[in-house]
Amino acid sequence: MDSTSLEPSLYTVKAVFILDNDGNRLLSKYYDRDLYPSMKEQKNFEKNVFNKTHKADNEIAFLEGMTIVYKSSIDLFFYVVGSAQENELMLMSVLNCLFESLSQILRKNVERRCLLDNMEGVFLVVDEIIDGGVILESDPQQVLQKVNYRLMSEPAYGFVLFDYITGNLEGQTDKSQLL
Amino acid sequence: MTRNGSDAVTLTWTSEQEETFSFWLRGSSSSHDRGWAHLLPSSRQLHYGIMIKKFDKKDEESGSGSNPFQHLEKSAVLQEARIFNETPINPRRCLHILTKIIYLLNQGEHFGTTEATEAFFAMTRLFQSNDQTLRRMCYLTIKEMANISEDVIIVTSSLTKDMTGKEDVYRGPAIRALCRITDTTMLQAIERYMKQAIVDKVPSVSSSALVSSLHMVKMSYDVVKRWVNEAQEAASSDNIMVQYHALGLLYHLRKNDRLAVTKMLNKFTKSGLKSPFAYCMLIRIASKLLDETEGGHDSPLFDFIESCLRNKNEMVVYEAASAIVHMPNCTARELAPAVSVLQLFCSSPKAALRYAAVRTLNKVAMKHPSAVTACNLDLENLITDSNRSIATLAITTLLKTGSESSVDRLMKQISSFVSEISDEFKVVVVQAISALCQKYPRKHSVMMNFLSNMLRDDGGFEYKRAIVDCIISIIEENPESKETGLAHLCEFIEDCEHTVLATKILHLLGKEGPRTPQPSKYIRFIFNRVVLESEAVRAAAVSALAKFGAQNDDLLPSVLVLMQRCMMDSDDEVRDRATFYMNVLQQKQKALNAAYIFNGLSVSIPGLEKSLHQYTLEPLEKPFDMKSVPLATTPITEQKTEIAPISTSKLPEKLAPSRQDIYQEQLAAIPEFQGLGPLFKSSEQVQLTEAETEYVVRCVKHTFARHMVFQFDCTNTLNDQLLQKVMVQMEPSESYEVIHYVPAANLPYSQPGSCYTLVRLPDDDPTAVSCTFSCTMKYLVRDCDPNTGEPDDDGYDDEYVLEDLEVTVADHIQKVLKPNFGAAWEEVGDEFEKEETFALASVRTLDEAVGNIISFLGMQPCERSDKVPENKNSHVLFLAGVFRGGHDVLVRARLALADGVTMQVTVRSGEETVVDVILASVG
Repeated sequence: MDSTSLEPSLYTVKAVFILDNDGNRLLSKYYDRDLYPSMKEQKNFEKNVFNKTHKADNEIAFLEGMTIVYKSSIDLFFYVVGSAQENELMLMSVLNCLFESLSQILRKNVERRCLLDNMEGVFLVVDEIIDGGVILESDPQQVLQKVNYRLMSEPAYGFVLFDYITGNLEGQTDKSQLL
Repeated sequence: MTRNGSDAVTLTWTSEQEETFSFWLRGSSSSHDRGWAHLLPSSRQLHYGIMIKKFDKKDEESGSGSNPFQHLEKSAVLQEARIFNETPINPRRCLHILTKIIYLLNQGEHFGTTEATEAFFAMTRLFQSNDQTLRRMCYLTIKEMANISEDVIIVTSSLTKDMTGKEDVYRGPAIRALCRITDTTMLQAIERYMKQAIVDKVPSVSSSALVSSLHMVKMSYDVVKRWVNEAQEAASSDNIMVQYHALGLLYHLRKNDRLAVTKMLNKFTKSGLKSPFAYCMLIRIASKLLDETEGGHDSPLFDFIESCLRNKNEMVVYEAASAIVHMPNCTARELAPAVSVLQLFCSSPKAALRYAAVRTLNKVAMKHPSAVTACNLDLENLITDSNRSIATLAITTLLKTGSESSVDRLMKQISSFVSEISDEFKVVVVQAISALCQKYPRKHSVMMNFLSNMLRDDGGFEYKRAIVDCIISIIEENPESKETGLAHLCEFIEDCEHTVLATKILHLLGKEGPRTPQPSKYIRFIFNRVVLESEAVRAAAVSALAKFGAQNDDLLPSVLVLMQRCMMDSDDEVRDRATFYMNVLQQKQKALNAAYIFNGLSVSIPGLEKSLHQYTLEPLEKPFDMKSVPLATTPITEQKTEIAPISTSKLPEKLAPSRQDIYQEQLAAIPEFQGLGPLFKSSEQVQLTEAETEYVVRCVKHTFARHMVFQFDCTNTLNDQLLQKVMVQMEPSESYEVIHYVPAANLPYSQPGSCYTLVRLPDDDPTAVSCTFSCTMKYLVRDCDPNTGEPDDDGYDDEYVLEDLEVTVADHIQKVLKPNFGAAWEEVGDEFEKEETFALASVRTLDEAVGNIISFLGMQPCERSDKVPENKNSHVLFLAGVFRGGHDVLVRARLALADGVTMQVTVRSGEETVVDVILASVG
């Protein structure tokens, strides 16, 4: 809650992470090298944030001198972290974009299992939204277009049939390995 | 799909119910509410039954088996990565392995250089596949491994090919990956491509190039600087993100050039941007510029920020409102439009917006509570907000703006959920209480109760410190709350894990405890510390005990017994202190008690360190003289320490050298001033010119034992002149003697320089403490080119008359805080006591009289006697100081208000002339 105003900069996002409903990290990116430089500090921070936020869906919190906006869906928790002086709505726009993009990629199944099955899509989406702390894109449609990702775990029946007919069973063997 | 879908539904339901469920469990387990269950509607019980089932199901679902990445072994994954080398490439399998590698890195798995390099090189083969997702994952792997693997630059050519290729999907990400592995020398090789990419018509390519350039500014500023024109072109792009990124890069490249920033702002504020992000950036740049140039609020920049309050995007409106609120010296009228948009946000359905609004209003309320009064109704609605952060902020804001009558209600509200909020917000609550106690002193009993409850709760150090500071300040402000406050603090230290707080409280107990009606009851708490705590706390407890013994004769025998026990302590410091106090106390002399127990050393600690070091280098026959050590400077205005706002910095507080220590060092570096001895006192800066003149001159008066040095800080505000050999000639009115001038060699445009004048104080007449100097600045002018600063060869002498400089009695006295004035008064004794009565006819109030005396004598008010209680017509002011030469001087001034103020001044000192000087100067 420092009153000093913010140095004008594009570096808006300090960190972003996705946790499951036990508070385990599924994905997390820290963009400020001075903020929690070690893995241990990062995980402590995530634990602390999770403990303070998972009970009530309050959208925004202020912890360890950091503004945190968050959203939960079924058994997933999405967090975007910015400095205390950061414009909260900017952080919200990042969070919404992340959530919307993932929701579309996962065909609305924003839950842990489906997310893990499509982890590469999740990595790519995060990469398209934030680059080194700079907001790269905040429009989910644009993100989807850039990622151009096809859902993997649920191949449409038509494709399976097509694969079967053409003798290409690779997709299915792969899927069995995934599981 | 269907299976997942149905699961999703049930699970949502479960998590929503979870709270009720756990609440219910808690409720039924507490002893009061036993026997509740049968009262519950049966449907609730039914839910309960179902719930267990769901929980089981969920556990099963989220069990370790369902995470495909759960038991990944790094070595196994690296083993699998060998299939990268198989032909033909199997995109799906490779993709999955890359995902596993990135997942492992993300989990914090450590990869050795060799294994990482091996995997990285295998990965490079995957560039042969044309699978889009696989290629994109390669880029990610490159970025993740850039710092772990060796020789990552081997992918440069592949990435350069992708970045300039036909596939737009690859180009942006390829640029970002490439820039991550590029160093300054390689950057020049791809410079041509980067320039093209910045102005590319595909937005993702342009954005990627701009953002990557921004990342590289730190490393290769000189190269990136050359791309300004391209960035400029990109700034006029139609794409909102490109616009934003271009603006960010441009500002970053130009931020040290104020003129260029101003031009850029003018251009963009006029042309109108589309991107709300870019608008926020512009607002920040504008408010920073306003702050730096101290531009008035009639500046076009302010108008721009204000116009953003009418933007259609909430993000921009909020940014503008927040910028206005954070501006220094904003008037209530200028705040009003910002406050009214924040008021609207208070009723937004979005929690983040409500939070942002109320947080900003809370800040406004600190400085301009009246400006926020209009929002009171909206804030009232927020005090029950389910987001406790919002509720807390709303309540603390209301505490600042509301009336005295609403305090009790708000405090009750906040105590209902104080345990649920985070430490950060608890500190906010404590701050609000602290402010409130100053505003409504009568409410301190309510507050004290509340604070003591908070003190008992769990919480971190910052939180506890805030509470302790708050209680201490209440005790100091309201004498009647002293005993309750001390009792709460005593209870707190019985179980306090923070050494700093415990020592602080023990110190306070030592200071305040002996003067309470029942000092003996504190002894137990203090002695418990000696038995139970760490060394630092034990030492502090011993010091506190000694003060009780010194002040209260009837306690002395028992204190001596306790001291005796402390002398057997295992720690050196504790034993030393106990032995020392024991011996002092046994003498039973008031003067010794005052000098060594109540009022400690008043010298500056860095100064003492330096003097002792000096002494050990050149040991003299005579013993070390404490009087040769410069005195500690008490802060000029002893403001009530504001409780530090929640800060992100975690740096330990360092003992910063005081302003005087810095001067001491600067002056010692000048050879002419080396024989003057220690610096006794440095005055505040005195302005010797009007504002907005050609030259700005300020003077600092440095007092030494027999000399004074006047330091003139001069600034030349003419950009077509270079001044040389600048000195200030001084004509004293009394028998002061100017003995040396140290000129400033060069004074170029806008670079401050200092020149000095050394004056000897009259030896024969020690009472001549005041003197007026007429000052003239003399210098050689060389005209110069305003643009290049190149001076002409010839110059001419000129002079500039400055305002007169006064030396007063305050320049000869250093402030010293005597924590126990009474003891110090006894210590000095009445050998040279003199008393006189004066009538201050022109003064109307006691406050004014007290202020005048303090500033005139330049002495330290003790025992908080600078605060005149309301509605009193008499007051006693205690002042302490040290006169030049090291003589303690104490002043007691009894003031009575009738027509004007009558003042009876009693002065004590160890030296008769000093007493005379003070009385003569007051008269």
